[in-house]
Amino acid sequence: MKKLILGALALSITAGAAYAGSHSVVRMGTEGAYPPWNFINDAGEVDGFERELGDELCKRAELNCEWVTNEWDSIIPNLTSGNYDTIIAGMSITAERDEVIDFTQAYTPADPSNYLAASDDVDLMGGVIAAQTGTIQAGYVAESGAMLVEFATPDETIAAVQNGEADAVLADASFLAPIAEQNGDLMIVGDPVALGGGVGMGVRESDAELKAKFDAAIQSMKDDGSLNALIAKWEVSTQW
Amino acid sequence: MAIFSFCTDPATLETARWFVCYLTNGKHLIAYTSFGTVLLLLAITAPTALAFGFGGAIAARSRIAPLRWFGKGYTSIVRGVPDIVFFLFFVIALDQAFEWTRHQFFCPDWPDAIRQGNDFVVCQRAKLPLSNAPQWVHEVYGFLLAVLTFAIVFGAFAANVLFGAMRAVPRAQIETAEAYGMSERQAFWRVLIPQMWVFALPGLSNLWMILVKATPLLFLLGVEDIVYWARELGGTKGALFDYPHPDWRLWYFLGLLVFYLTLTRFSEIVLGRLSQRLSHGQATLAGEAQRKAAV
Amino acid sequence: MSCWETIADYGLRSIGIGERLLPRTDFTICQQFTLIGSGMIWNIYFGVLALAMGFCLATGIAVGKAARNPLIRKPCEWFVFLFRGSPLFIQFFLAYEALVLLPREGFEIFGITAETRWLTRAWAGALIVLFLNTSAYTAEIFYGALRSVPKGDLEAADAYGMTGWARFKRVTWPTMLRLAWPAYTNEAIFLFHATTLVFFSGFPAWQQRGDALYYANYFADKTFNPFVPYPIVAFYFIILTLGVIGLFALVNRRLNRHMPQEAKRIRYRPQMIR
Repeated sequence: MKKLILGALALSITAGAAYAGSHSVVRMGTEGAYPPWNFINDAGEVDGFERELGDELCKRAELNCEWVTNEWDSIIPNLTSGNYDTIIAGMSITAERDEVIDFTQAYTPADPSNYLAASDDVDLMGGVIAAQTGTIQAGYVAESGAMLVEFATPDETIAAVQNGEADAVLADASFLAPIAEQNGDLMIVGDPVALGGGVGMGVRESDAELKAKFDAAIQSMKDDGSLNALIAKWEVSTQW
Repeated sequence: MAIFSFCTDPATLETARWFVCYLTNGKHLIAYTSFGTVLLLLAITAPTALAFGFGGAIAARSRIAPLRWFGKGYTSIVRGVPDIVFFLFFVIALDQAFEWTRHQFFCPDWPDAIRQGNDFVVCQRAKLPLSNAPQWVHEVYGFLLAVLTFAIVFGAFAANVLFGAMRAVPRAQIETAEAYGMSERQAFWRVLIPQMWVFALPGLSNLWMILVKATPLLFLLGVEDIVYWARELGGTKGALFDYPHPDWRLWYFLGLLVFYLTLTRFSEIVLGRLSQRLSHGQATLAGEAQRKAAV
Repeated sequence: MSCWETIADYGLRSIGIGERLLPRTDFTICQQFTLIGSGMIWNIYFGVLALAMGFCLATGIAVGKAARNPLIRKPCEWFVFLFRGSPLFIQFFLAYEALVLLPREGFEIFGITAETRWLTRAWAGALIVLFLNTSAYTAEIFYGALRSVPKGDLEAADAYGMTGWARFKRVTWPTMLRLAWPAYTNEAIFLFHATTLVFFSGFPAWQQRGDALYYANYFADKTFNPFVPYPIVAFYFIILTLGVIGLFALVNRRLNRHMPQEAKRIRYRPQMIR
């Protein structure tokens, strides 16, 4: 046991020789399971809209960035605990989250949420609606009066609709669109629901410096139209 | 990054080749190494947990009351709590505890508070690992935290087993040792400990089996283990991917099932042999049977 | 809102009685204690029922494993190996995946439709998995105890002219139980712990009705602070574990009431802690 701690210490001390000023490396935390926003590609690397966006933002802000993945469930506690420096994981800006962490300005407008169902005559307000645990969609369904059934991962919510466990699933429109396209049995039903205040990067509240840098970089990408081009390329949401 | 040259355009391949390419793409190759991660974790955790258990058992037997309370408290509290609950918050707690200690040591003059609202902020030098350390250092650190968490949890169970085993050694053996003029310490290390193992082995074997079967919870500790990859690889893959496929998690989990059944079967065989070996020359029924067979 | 009102609103929330919406803002310690405690209802439900049913099946399997006829022995051995050899986490996942494959409309048997939907619900599906799982573990414990029933006891039974069922019921089975009890206590503790996995792998939570860990997870997710809800779960489980140990010690005393004083105290020399 002692050896172990010593080992861990030794490891970190040798690594500490290259110690430098604040944020010599910015660690970007993402989920890696939410295409097209972020996913692990066939080569095993983080890929998707946010990978490309994040790399561009880091270049503009002249930061040295590194990508790490973390379970969605503990993605905020690990940020506040300092295991990485930003969350860039398709996270909608909500008042509750804003109390705990800070958000940069939004890099995509509020992505509407859609219902995906196996038939177009399901009862969206009274039926069984699936959602991923801990998402804004789950909160919305709980309040809408429908019977909420929660799953740990986005994949399981889709599977629940396919096998009839749930009547429909509520999730981001951009996540559902390709699934509806490829799956003959599934279709988008009902009207889109506007939830959340757009998607932004999460940073620690004590990290105002980093927030300012990313804010400026996002603004510059908005101004020169490159952000819109990226949004169009990955079909993640509406344009600015 | 394909192993086979014919894998350049997956969409055009026929079934057999498609599967060969699919199962050898970069992502799968990383996933295969995670089997090694699990085995490595088991290999490191088992002796560490045993050491914790040994310490806990000795503490629980101690004559010094606070040490005894600590030993008993450790074993009964940790054993009373489901391991999954520990795993859900313990890693962050351990990490913060280490960073806090380093912070006190490296930056005693730090002007700001460590807890700023929800944030846990220590000075740059106290970060563990340092934020500019390469990714593999972070991964090794995360792995070591997982090992430590597992060791603390399973150490409590091991302490319980060893405590029972120490009491199971016949009292007469110690008395004989004392009659031969051994000090208490000598009797403990030279008589009690060597004899204890045969009593501890059944309990420890079971503990090993539980440890093996607790490893699917590794992903909770932030280690990308086989369950993480089974979920990731098996999940529906849309047109964004080179190898699109529907939800195949069932097949991946069946693969895991086979892996675990093999591992436990293998363990059973090895532990059975070990039990035979340890019984040799012991004052137990099994030892007696061996002695008789040899005559 | 006082704490009593919170308890009235949420005390039975996990089984669908009381306030429909979970608290969304201004989370209090009282709310966390109440809801997580409410979730414990499910942990106790799964634990008690699985143990009770598993006890019966385990006795059968243990006897089957000790049988000479390979047609009986082999299936019992395989059952024990399958459920003891694989992680419960994976068993839950596979069971759920298999159960949702059952036809939605149910089976037509002799003109009667057998509903199958309820099997995918945690209260039934997860209970079945836990039941089979604990049966396998308990069977192994009982099997070990069965083999160490003293030969003298059986010879004494023979001398009294007891045979077959009577001998099993009056001599073999009580002795086996007495020998297995310490290890079985541990198995019971582990089973209660295992119930926290139900909503964690595979089985979904309906209408936010879940077990203690589900609600702890909810609060950790909403407050972004894992250091309050999880220790609360830990607290509840330590109490539950103490209760289980106390209850099993009572039974142990009854099982050993004819024995000399020494054996009455349950001795934790776990030969077979899970």
